[in-house]
Amino acid sequence: MNAIDNKWIGKRTIRPDGADKVTGRAGYSADHNMPGQIWGRVLRSPHPHAVIRGIDTSKAEALPGVKAVVTAKDIVDFPLDKSVMLGIQDMRWMCRNVMAREKALFHGHPVAAVAAISEEVAEAACKLIEVDYEVLPHVIEIEDAIKPDAPILHDFVRHEGKPSNIATTMVNKLGDVEAGFAQADLIIERSFKTRPVHQGYIEPHACTVSYAADGRVTIWSSSQGQFMVRAMTSLLTGIPQSNIRAIPAEIGGGFGAKTIIYLEPVAVLLAKKSGRPVKMVMSRDEVFRATGPTSGSMSTVKIGVKNDGTIVAAQGTFYLQAGGLPGSPLRGPVGCSFSPYHIENVLSVGYDVVSNRSKVAAYRAPGAPLGAYATECVLDEIAEKLGMDKLELRLKNTAKPGGKTVYGATFGAITFKETVEAIKYHPHYTAPLDKNPSKGVVRGRGVASGFWFNAGGESSAQLNITEDGNVNVTTGHPDVGGSRASIANVTAELLGIDHSRISVLIGDTSSIGFSNLTGGSRVTFASAMVVTQSAEKVIGQLKERAAKIWKIDPEAVIWDNGEARPAGPNAGQFPPLTLKDLAAKANEMGGPIGAGVQLNTTGADPGFATHCVDVEVDVDLGIVRVLRYTAAQDVGRALHPDYVEGQIQGGVVQGIGWALSEEYLYNAKGQLDNASFLDYRMPVCSDVPMIEPIMLEIPNPKHPQGVRGVGEAPIVPPLAAIANAIHDALGKRFYSLPMSPPKVLAVIDG
Amino acid sequence: MTDIRYLAPPTLDEAVRAFAAAQGAARILAGGTDLLVQMRNGMVHPGTIIDIKKIPEMTSITEAADGSFWVGAAVSGAVLAEHPRFGKVWPGVLEAINLIGSTQVQGRASAGGNLCHGSPAADSVPAMVAAGAVLTIAGPNGRRTMPVEAFPVGPGRTSLAAGEILVGFTLPARPAGSGDAYLRMIPRTEMDIAVVGVGVSLTMAGGVVTAARVGLGAAAPTVLLVADAAKVLVGSKLDDAALNAAAAACSAACKPIDDKRGTIVYRTKVAAVLLKRAAAIAADRAQGRA
Ligand SMILES: Cc1cc2nc3c(=O)[nH]c(=O)nc-3n(C[C@H](O)[C@H](O)[C@H](O)COP(=O)(O)OP(=O)(O)OC[C@H]3O[C@@H](n4cnc5c(N)ncnc54)[C@H](O)[C@@H]3O)c2cc1C
Repeated sequence: MNAIDNKWIGKRTIRPDGADKVTGRAGYSADHNMPGQIWGRVLRSPHPHAVIRGIDTSKAEALPGVKAVVTAKDIVDFPLDKSVMLGIQDMRWMCRNVMAREKALFHGHPVAAVAAISEEVAEAACKLIEVDYEVLPHVIEIEDAIKPDAPILHDFVRHEGKPSNIATTMVNKLGDVEAGFAQADLIIERSFKTRPVHQGYIEPHACTVSYAADGRVTIWSSSQGQFMVRAMTSLLTGIPQSNIRAIPAEIGGGFGAKTIIYLEPVAVLLAKKSGRPVKMVMSRDEVFRATGPTSGSMSTVKIGVKNDGTIVAAQGTFYLQAGGLPGSPLRGPVGCSFSPYHIENVLSVGYDVVSNRSKVAAYRAPGAPLGAYATECVLDEIAEKLGMDKLELRLKNTAKPGGKTVYGATFGAITFKETVEAIKYHPHYTAPLDKNPSKGVVRGRGVASGFWFNAGGESSAQLNITEDGNVNVTTGHPDVGGSRASIANVTAELLGIDHSRISVLIGDTSSIGFSNLTGGSRVTFASAMVVTQSAEKVIGQLKERAAKIWKIDPEAVIWDNGEARPAGPNAGQFPPLTLKDLAAKANEMGGPIGAGVQLNTTGADPGFATHCVDVEVDVDLGIVRVLRYTAAQDVGRALHPDYVEGQIQGGVVQGIGWALSEEYLYNAKGQLDNASFLDYRMPVCSDVPMIEPIMLEIPNPKHPQGVRGVGEAPIVPPLAAIANAIHDALGKRFYSLPMSPPKVLAVIDG
Repeated sequence: MTDIRYLAPPTLDEAVRAFAAAQGAARILAGGTDLLVQMRNGMVHPGTIIDIKKIPEMTSITEAADGSFWVGAAVSGAVLAEHPRFGKVWPGVLEAINLIGSTQVQGRASAGGNLCHGSPAADSVPAMVAAGAVLTIAGPNGRRTMPVEAFPVGPGRTSLAAGEILVGFTLPARPAGSGDAYLRMIPRTEMDIAVVGVGVSLTMAGGVVTAARVGLGAAAPTVLLVADAAKVLVGSKLDDAALNAAAAACSAACKPIDDKRGTIVYRTKVAAVLLKRAAAIAADRAQGRA
């Protein structure tokens, strides 16, 4: 199955969703409409922090054209004293994020929602809702939120026995760091800051919801999991899952942030109250203000080494912004920061800090980039002080098979070294760099590595042979990164038929078995596994049918190149039976042909990446441009190389934005000041060079095709790689992101 | 939903009459790349929209016998770029206008809209100021002219009186040995808003500057004419001392704010850097080196 002479696996086949997307036919979440549909709008808090003493909706309800109004009263309450988990989400926080309950916790926090005959009427009605706020002092930044006299967001949050904004502490430990540092010849300890950054998907959140007279609900929306949409909506509305059908639309980007919901339960309640289908579409402003981003952070990393470069101890302290409600991705920096390396003594501690910002959502390798940023910058400084090649330092300390990680797992095969070596011998790293090409322009080169856990989990597939002998494959995960194309390649390879005879579909919650989120770099890994097993079952059926026709033993039939054949001369002499032949005889020979598999998949080994980047700095303006970027990663098996390269390139571009230009800016009133793509500066095409991916295909032995998750590891190294390159160019180190022109110029001017 | 009346008069007189008749409830539409954005944001709610793109005078580019140029207020960046002569005479003005937005935006966006929107960061305005453009304005009381630098009065505010419409720009005849340039600092490479923008226009003879004008954008509540910077350039050979003095004058003229797009310190420094760089390009063009 991993043979190089594969016909379909590893080929750049035409993507199944391509024609629809380039012709504008693809249906995204805002594209679905229903007869009689009305519009929902959300009223949002104008204050970053306020007690909600009361809400009077009577004037809004009296406005002609208004059909329903919803507030937190209508949403199922999850009392603060009892945690109810759905995956990694605590429903206590989800219910308060979807609609402010006791308090408005950030500027833009939903307070009520209206459904009316038009968006304009709904908007006008929102303005008629009278909310009685008791405005409280607010706090935005981590350093302010953890001060002893900071405004406290939640009375129920205690840290070391006292009211606090530190909601959780996570401690991962290995060996004894004190003893480790005692053996060190050199110890470097540095503190770093990163800003919250948004996932920046192009498609805003949207949904259309129907609530039928018999109480059955249908939801059209785009998300990273239709089953998550169903489960969360069920929990927040009290409607049983069997009465909710969530239909996944094409998704215009999610990057983790669409692993939770904002609108769907509100729309369901509005539809239920009004008896009309309800459509809701967020504006870009709402997306920035009230969804995502990922955490900003404050971290300190201390690493001790011997003179020969052996790392003897590492310690990390990571404060992460959670937003208004607990739940930052502590596991990312705490678990990933030191995991590429074999270190006997590690102490990694994370603090989840609430403040008056929108609640964070997952973003590509949640939390790992900001941890790697700190660790990989410190390693760069260590290599400099030791006079050692930066990649040599990493090679000397690579994690070992059988080694224990700080987060508890024991490594199997390790593919980190290969990524470092791929960069070390690449013409990019070995090419000389003209460090001062002209007056006022300096250049530098940097490297950094990264780690991500990857994940398996629940997936379902159904593979059906059509009556005319072609194939439909259905899986249960929204296709964010090309899973349909990969599944088509796998199915064509296994069945030995032309790729064009296969249609791959994403099922809705009523047409396919439970499938967990598209996230954690798991979907191609897990769905290829269930599709493989489904195909194997179907091939078994096909062989049985042929055996029946030939009246021989099924064991005596083989499936080869899309045909059933007698296994050998002893089995008998029969002309082969194709898929079409067998489909034509399906009914007389036992009925429809098809099989499904549902699994909790395991064996998703972690991902490693090492990157190299050249930057150029305009020393008079402080502008940093990325000139060349090479990203090496162990990808297991690239079922469809275009998509694997796309994942690597996309992750790097997002990392470049995080490093150089993206940040959430709050004004003194606690309001987000740059809620638009103009002032929230994601890189545009001309800001980034062609990013060269190096796909190292080292098959994952625990997967039928050798697949390894690839979507997240590539966003982990860029932050540090770029910081290290800027240091190489300027001889100055930066300890906070983004390294935007004013900051860079300030450092240059010292 | 509130209804909006859309008018596209074929003559300036009709446009002026309709604009006056609407008594402040109307908006002029050139390319719409600012107006439609403002309407969608709910910042303006015009009852009437008067599209000026059907008025020949406002969509024409003409080079007069004396070498001066007329550019109608509603001429789009793309159309101006296609003019066979304009970009040869005024490369700096053209590059400033062509920096606005993207290819799609260029198909619509006009220098008139850029100016009338009143943003201190408008890209074409510093270049027009450096060029010494003169505006023609028409209103219920007839026509008047004014230098472009007198037009903006504050962020989003202009000296148009009620019912007045900007008709177009007259760029003066160009003596031999002239060149202009516009540079802006943006954090990204495109699709961004100027943190600082500098336009420089020079006339040179024998390597010596005989006339100079400098326009400075995004560094004060309005785009500025920096006469002090021009003064030190005139008579110089653009030696380091003259450039440093002009750069210092540019920094001194800055009255910026600290905002999400840039800090006071940063803008003040960048104004000086851009002055030097833009002057170098303008000088190359003036001396036929570029
Ligand atoms: C994606 C995008 C990118 C952009 N990038 C830039 C950029 O890089 N640099 C930049 O400077 N701007 C930029 N802009 C802003 C805008 O494109 C420019 O300001 C453009 O020049 C406006 O011209 P317009 O013809 O579209 O004006 P309109 O939107 O038609 O008009 C602008 C304003 O001026 C008024 N007006 C227009 N013409 C007249 C007239 N003749 N008399 C009286 N009033 C008038 C209108 O009523 C309106 O208030 C961008 C806009 C977008 C949407």
